[in-house]
Amino acid sequence: MSTTETTGTSEPTDDVALFDVDHPAPVIEPPRARTAKTPKSTRGNFEMYGWLFMRLSGIVLVVLVLGHLLIQLVLDGGVSKVGFAFVAGRWASPFWQVWDLAMLWLAMLHGANGLRTVINDYAERDNTRFWLKWLLYAATVFTVLLGTLVIFTFDPNIR
Amino acid sequence: MSTATLDKNDAAGPVDSAENSATHLITVTLRIRRFNPEVSADSDWQDFTLEIDPKERVLDALHKIKWEQDGTLTFRRSCAHGICGSDAMRINGRNRLACKTLLKDIGPDKPITVEPIKGLTVLKDLVVDMEPFFQAYRDVMPFLVTSGNEPTRERYQSPEDRERFDDTTKCILCAACTSSCPVFWNDGQYFGPAAIVNAHRFIFDSRDEAGEQRLEILNDRDGVWRCRTTFNCTDACPRGIEVTKAIQEVKRALITRRF
Repeated sequence: MSTTETTGTSEPTDDVALFDVDHPAPVIEPPRARTAKTPKSTRGNFEMYGWLFMRLSGIVLVVLVLGHLLIQLVLDGGVSKVGFAFVAGRWASPFWQVWDLAMLWLAMLHGANGLRTVINDYAERDNTRFWLKWLLYAATVFTVLLGTLVIFTFDPNIR
Repeated sequence: MSTATLDKNDAAGPVDSAENSATHLITVTLRIRRFNPEVSADSDWQDFTLEIDPKERVLDALHKIKWEQDGTLTFRRSCAHGICGSDAMRINGRNRLACKTLLKDIGPDKPITVEPIKGLTVLKDLVVDMEPFFQAYRDVMPFLVTSGNEPTRERYQSPEDRERFDDTTKCILCAACTSSCPVFWNDGQYFGPAAIVNAHRFIFDSRDEAGEQRLEILNDRDGVWRCRTTFNCTDACPRGIEVTKAIQEVKRALITRRF
């Protein structure tokens, strides 16, 4: 009853009419609460491999991405040298093909796995989770395949 | 009690002490998040102002309010000495035990906010439904599992082996850590720090034989890999357990035992 003093104005009368001992207000339950019916262990080590992959790919990406930025933006006249001829020249070498391929795959999978955990952490409803992840996986597969295709089928005589 | 006053002036003694006790009282405002489903579907803040010794605890202030101002104020407490883990609440935006928080330590010159812990269903005022929390605790099998004949005396353990999991034996299951975890706030399926701490207590116990089983449980989609190491749990723990470190040790055990 004391709470009605603080709520003030005309609201309390509505509330009193709506809720009483026999008809309490609904409580707000947190998302996806654990119950006795919660399914037990999913088995498999997917989450562990995902966690390990994030750490290992992160270390490799530091080298790949910083090296990439250095070559593209700093050395040999900086960004002004980057053009069709420069890219064609680099991709003529299998070393740079592998470098760019590794960077593409690791960065995309690293980012996708990171976003997957963000979706798992913050999307509350199962439907939202499903569609957000579906969109994420589709975008990832598309980008990875397109990039791989370009790296391997790049034709310097396209013009 | 009487000897000190008898040494002084007989008449002035009691008056002095009464005056002294009155002068060091301060006025404190407690801003409490109230919710009563039998009155309203909404929760709201209610201010209580009281005269109290700043060396008293928040729990004493809550008692004073409940006993002298508003008997409908609802909160949990049992031992009132930081052992039972009943009175974890969010005080000035941080999870603490009301019985271990002195008013003078949390800026009593400004209103002190008191809320129920987050991520669990609020039933009334500061009381939350602890069932999902204890379900996660039960799910990690928090008991000694052994095989073979029961020894006629105690199970021996070297001081070093005991030291290995000493930190995590201190848990009082107050839920301050689990309800400070942002992953738990958004997804109650996550085991939460407290369940992992209590699994850690047995996984690294040399007498226990179900460590592998518990690791497998925590290898779950909602197990230790969901920890983002935000250290909220370590900050919140009223027992000073290094919660995040314990979770990381479970992760390390999972990786080293798999490879």
